[in-house]
Amino acid sequence: MKEFLTAGFLIGLLSATLRMATPLIIATLGETFSERSGVLNLGIEGTMLLGSLVAFLVAYRTNNLWLGVFSAGFSGILLSLLMAFFTVTLGVSQHVSGLGITIFASGLSLFIYRQVIGSPSIPPTVTTFKTVAVPLLSKIPIIGPILFDQYALTYIAILLVPICGYILFKTNFGLSLRAVGENPESADALGINVYKTRYVSLMIAGFLMGIAGSFFTLAYFNMFLYGIVGGRGWVCIALVIFANWIPSKVLLGALLFGGVDALQLRLQAIGFNIPYQFFLMMPYVLTIIVLVIVARRASYPSALLKPYRRE
Amino acid sequence: MKLPKFVVEKRSHLPVWLRVLLPVFAILLSFIFTSIIILFAKKNPISAFYNIFYGALGTRLGLMETIVKTTPLILTGVAVSLAFTGKFWNIGAEGQLYAGAFAATWVGIMKLPLPSPLYILLEIAVGFIAGALWGVIPGILKAKYKVDDVVTTLLMNSIMIYLVTAVLEGTWRDPVTSWPQSIMIATNAEFPKLIARSRVHFGIVVALVAIALVYILLKYTKLGFEIRATGSKSEAAHFLGINTTKTIILTALISGGLAALAGVGEVAGLHYHLTENISPGYGYTGIIIAMLAGLNPIAVVLASFFFGIIITGAQYMSRITGITSFIADVVQGVILLTMLGMLLLQEYRIRRAK
Repeated sequence: MKEFLTAGFLIGLLSATLRMATPLIIATLGETFSERSGVLNLGIEGTMLLGSLVAFLVAYRTNNLWLGVFSAGFSGILLSLLMAFFTVTLGVSQHVSGLGITIFASGLSLFIYRQVIGSPSIPPTVTTFKTVAVPLLSKIPIIGPILFDQYALTYIAILLVPICGYILFKTNFGLSLRAVGENPESADALGINVYKTRYVSLMIAGFLMGIAGSFFTLAYFNMFLYGIVGGRGWVCIALVIFANWIPSKVLLGALLFGGVDALQLRLQAIGFNIPYQFFLMMPYVLTIIVLVIVARRASYPSALLKPYRRE
Repeated sequence: MKLPKFVVEKRSHLPVWLRVLLPVFAILLSFIFTSIIILFAKKNPISAFYNIFYGALGTRLGLMETIVKTTPLILTGVAVSLAFTGKFWNIGAEGQLYAGAFAATWVGIMKLPLPSPLYILLEIAVGFIAGALWGVIPGILKAKYKVDDVVTTLLMNSIMIYLVTAVLEGTWRDPVTSWPQSIMIATNAEFPKLIARSRVHFGIVVALVAIALVYILLKYTKLGFEIRATGSKSEAAHFLGINTTKTIILTALISGGLAALAGVGEVAGLHYHLTENISPGYGYTGIIIAMLAGLNPIAVVLASFFFGIIITGAQYMSRITGITSFIADVVQGVILLTMLGMLLLQEYRIRRAK
């Protein structure tokens, strides 16, 4: 048990917490935009998987990691347009549309990977992002290596939290977005274009989800694996509820989940007499428990799941 | 020139011909969309679809395999249909399937000295209970604590898969092969084969009986009425004095049990042992089947057979054309989306303005 008490263990754990939380922060912020405008986007899991594949293929072909990241974001926008067509234009079930997008995008990702790469005995890899040490700050003992020696995407994820908060709560666009998610009829009466606002919100969401996916193949792993997202999209859906649709709380939730994820990896490594799968389960079990605790006081956007049709 | 004017209006009732035609349209439309994707891969879509259907229906072996694949799909399809009828968003059929497979294996490897029919009945009962218990957790959380059922059922799929792998890589690991798979179940616990020189097993009977029972349940019983009422509008159900909390929990219980029977059949009828990848996503395909069938238990059989064709045929097609069998997953996603679009035509009609 001595392993727990060393500074090295704690620094490693907290630094990994931020790393594991990165894709969750980005994707959950995306989902927050979508739900705040009144659309539950269950396409998140598939959008992240397609993003991870597109990022990998582009980076593999061009050796340009950032081009991979943006291509992943772009693939997310394309899927979000499909999602918007079904949920906003046609106004059909958001649950089923989202699941349809996820099933379609997952199938498409595996199809493209197999068709482009084939099934070689040694899967192709990319040289991943390196962590970027912030000058001076990274030299601070303990805090330095935890906060200031991370991937660029991790810094971006953390910066996105106040940026998204600002957009949602301090700008006219954010006001329209929330109005459309709370009461589309009144928003429409005030001259806000409900359809356009929801389309844009979904596109922002898709872009962020795609980028979140790129983290898996370009930073966390160095290759594409079939189960690479592994249900983390569903965790993000739960995190939005936990965060009560507020970006700063998204950060808190993602860090909590990332922490459990980082801890279970270390517990596995230490080697208890418990199958490692029980550690893998921990984040999912925790998410359900947290949901039970927050469910009663969750304040869903009033128009969530409700299609808007102009009479 | 004066263009004719059209108006969109809500349908008062749904003609039967349309109810049959819409899924057919959805399938044709999805074939067109999937063809575009195949063209992007520089392959011939016509040869792809021809080989899918030939592989699944053109030979005796193919047809038998299609029936084998249809068996679990009927059960997950009807499980999801029942759940959706009661507005319980059960996306967890995959996890419930594994719960059933897990339980059936547990009973099967005990090697009890029972006559075969009794042993099989025991497997089915224990499997059903396991799935029902796994499925009822999100049901209770939804009905009593207002926790979103979509999220919990999805998360519980991940948990169940980890549970199964934990046991398969631990205590149940086959000592002979040391693969992460259980030992074989007792011979007297195996489902009988129904057709000589094929893998078609008793599971298809279980599936069809389940369909009949769900049909009767929904159409002729008080509980069935309550499930439909809860699903159509919970305020109305409340007004009718229906205890929606109890109804949702019972719906989750039965739905989970039905999905679990798919897993029981895969273990006791097909593989005779448990592996980590006993289902290639039958639980998720069940959702698509339920939607394509319009939640009608009888139509679930047809929709399941259709997806049995796609899944079986895709493997054959892949060997012939070099297009990966993942195209089956793409087709499934596209069908779900096109069917969803078609549902709009079911609700509304476009008419020439007078």
